[in-house]
Amino acid sequence: MFTILFFLSSGLFLGWSLGANDAANVFGTAVSTKMIRFKSAAIICAFFVIIGAVISGAGTTETLGKLGSVNAIAGAFTVAFSAGFTVFVMTKMKLPVSTSQSIVGAIIGWNVFAGFKTDYSTLTKIVSTWILCPVLSAVFALIIFFIIKKFLYRSRLHMIKLDLYTRLGLILVGAFGSYSLGANNIANVMGVFVPVSPFKNIDFSNIFVLSGTQQLFLLGGIAIAIGVFTYSRRVMETVGSDIFRLSPIDALITVMSSAMVLFIFASQGLQSFLVSHGLPSIPLVPVSSSQAVVGAVLGIAIAKGGKNINHGIIGKISLGWVATPVFSGIITYILLFFMQNVFLQQVFSK
Amino acid sequence: MKFIGKTKELITEIDVFCDTISRSSLVFKSGINNFLEGKTERFHIDLEEINKLENEADNLRREIKYKLYIHMLIPDSRGDVLGLLETSDNVVDSIKKVLSQFDIEKPDIPKFLKDDFRQLAQFSVDTVDEMVKASRAFFREISLVNDHINKVHYYEHEADKIEEELKRKVFNSTEIKSLSEKVQLRYFAERVALISDEAEAVGDRLSIYVIKRTR
Repeated sequence: MFTILFFLSSGLFLGWSLGANDAANVFGTAVSTKMIRFKSAAIICAFFVIIGAVISGAGTTETLGKLGSVNAIAGAFTVAFSAGFTVFVMTKMKLPVSTSQSIVGAIIGWNVFAGFKTDYSTLTKIVSTWILCPVLSAVFALIIFFIIKKFLYRSRLHMIKLDLYTRLGLILVGAFGSYSLGANNIANVMGVFVPVSPFKNIDFSNIFVLSGTQQLFLLGGIAIAIGVFTYSRRVMETVGSDIFRLSPIDALITVMSSAMVLFIFASQGLQSFLVSHGLPSIPLVPVSSSQAVVGAVLGIAIAKGGKNINHGIIGKISLGWVATPVFSGIITYILLFFMQNVFLQQVFSK
Repeated sequence: MKFIGKTKELITEIDVFCDTISRSSLVFKSGINNFLEGKTERFHIDLEEINKLENEADNLRREIKYKLYIHMLIPDSRGDVLGLLETSDNVVDSIKKVLSQFDIEKPDIPKFLKDDFRQLAQFSVDTVDEMVKASRAFFREISLVNDHINKVHYYEHEADKIEEELKRKVFNSTEIKSLSEKVQLRYFAERVALISDEAEAVGDRLSIYVIKRTR
């Protein structure tokens, strides 16, 4: 049990860092604009992240599995550790980083080390989804912005009442965003451990079964929740002022659009609905919640006339698509070498 | 649920605050008219009424401020709303001061100036009324604020014109003999016009709020 927990620790660390940084993408603007207290935000976020991870985490995990199925627990440890290390280093260097991009690079690094072929059609699907993610988020934000603007113009709501509705909206959308974050991003945290999962199904007196994978996701979800409670406060309190001052309604639009994007790329239900109606299917891919948020903020900026847009941010995002996976892949390759030859651990099986 | 209750309370309090300013301007008009017509008893009733209204406005302002901060409501507009309430409260304070100054000094207003004083008071009251409408619109329908602010500026300008005319009449008059009397009448003309200036200050503040929220 101790060995298992030790090997899982890198995934749990990755989960912790995801909770510390990415929870701010969901509730940051609400907390920094003082619409919701940090404590309330943290409780809602932690609860819904766990629910999202356990119920809907399987879709994106399957995609990562297709990219590369890490089949030895020491290998999975190294892959998650390298991804976490990359996130840590790039955050320290103040470079834009996403756990999703980091883990994909790490899995490819493992594929290269183990001599397995990377499935390029899956890789293309993943990379194109990364590019689509901020674009789609911006489009959603633009549409929601105009709908809300029209509604506010017609409704003649009292400022104080509008404040109340915005608060309730931020809580609802924040819960949805947290659920989507858990569903979409749990694959980054625990995905690589699924093929080597040590857990067995638990049957709750025939009412429902908690599968081994779901237990892994539950653990990962708890790690994210701990990240939210222990470290996200500082990130949340600065996130609103980082890009530019968002009004509470802008914050609501931002969270709603980015949550929708995360949900779309994680929902198996939506995917099968589309397929059953003969519509084009949506790939289930872990995407970057930070880039979804930046996309949404850009969408709002465009809706407001497109003034003061920092074009540098678009360049920075593009850099993240390339630099993060490459860096993470190289680190994984090096660490796998040490793991295999210095610590004499089996990092893959043929 | 607590939030919903507090929200309703606060909306009512802001509405009552606006009503209080509106009523103060009516009492001001009535007070000036009663003073000019020598109806001392009625004038004193107005004076009592304005004291009560000033107290009420102060209490409401404090209560609203307290609720906005304790319940962390409208965090992005809180400062603006408090600024609006404070400057609006200055209007009521000035009304009270002007009426009590009439009571203390009891200026002797010559017959040929009475209509000018009435007109000046009326323009000041009109300015305050439009200012109150602009404030209400700020809370409910921001697109209408500028229409009312334009009227605020118009009435304030009219009040300025009457004030100047009145002062010229005072100093050109051969009927008013002493300089001290002339200076006193000038002072009262300025005081009555001050109400419109205070209301215009609120209007100026509101126009900045509109720019902040619509551009």
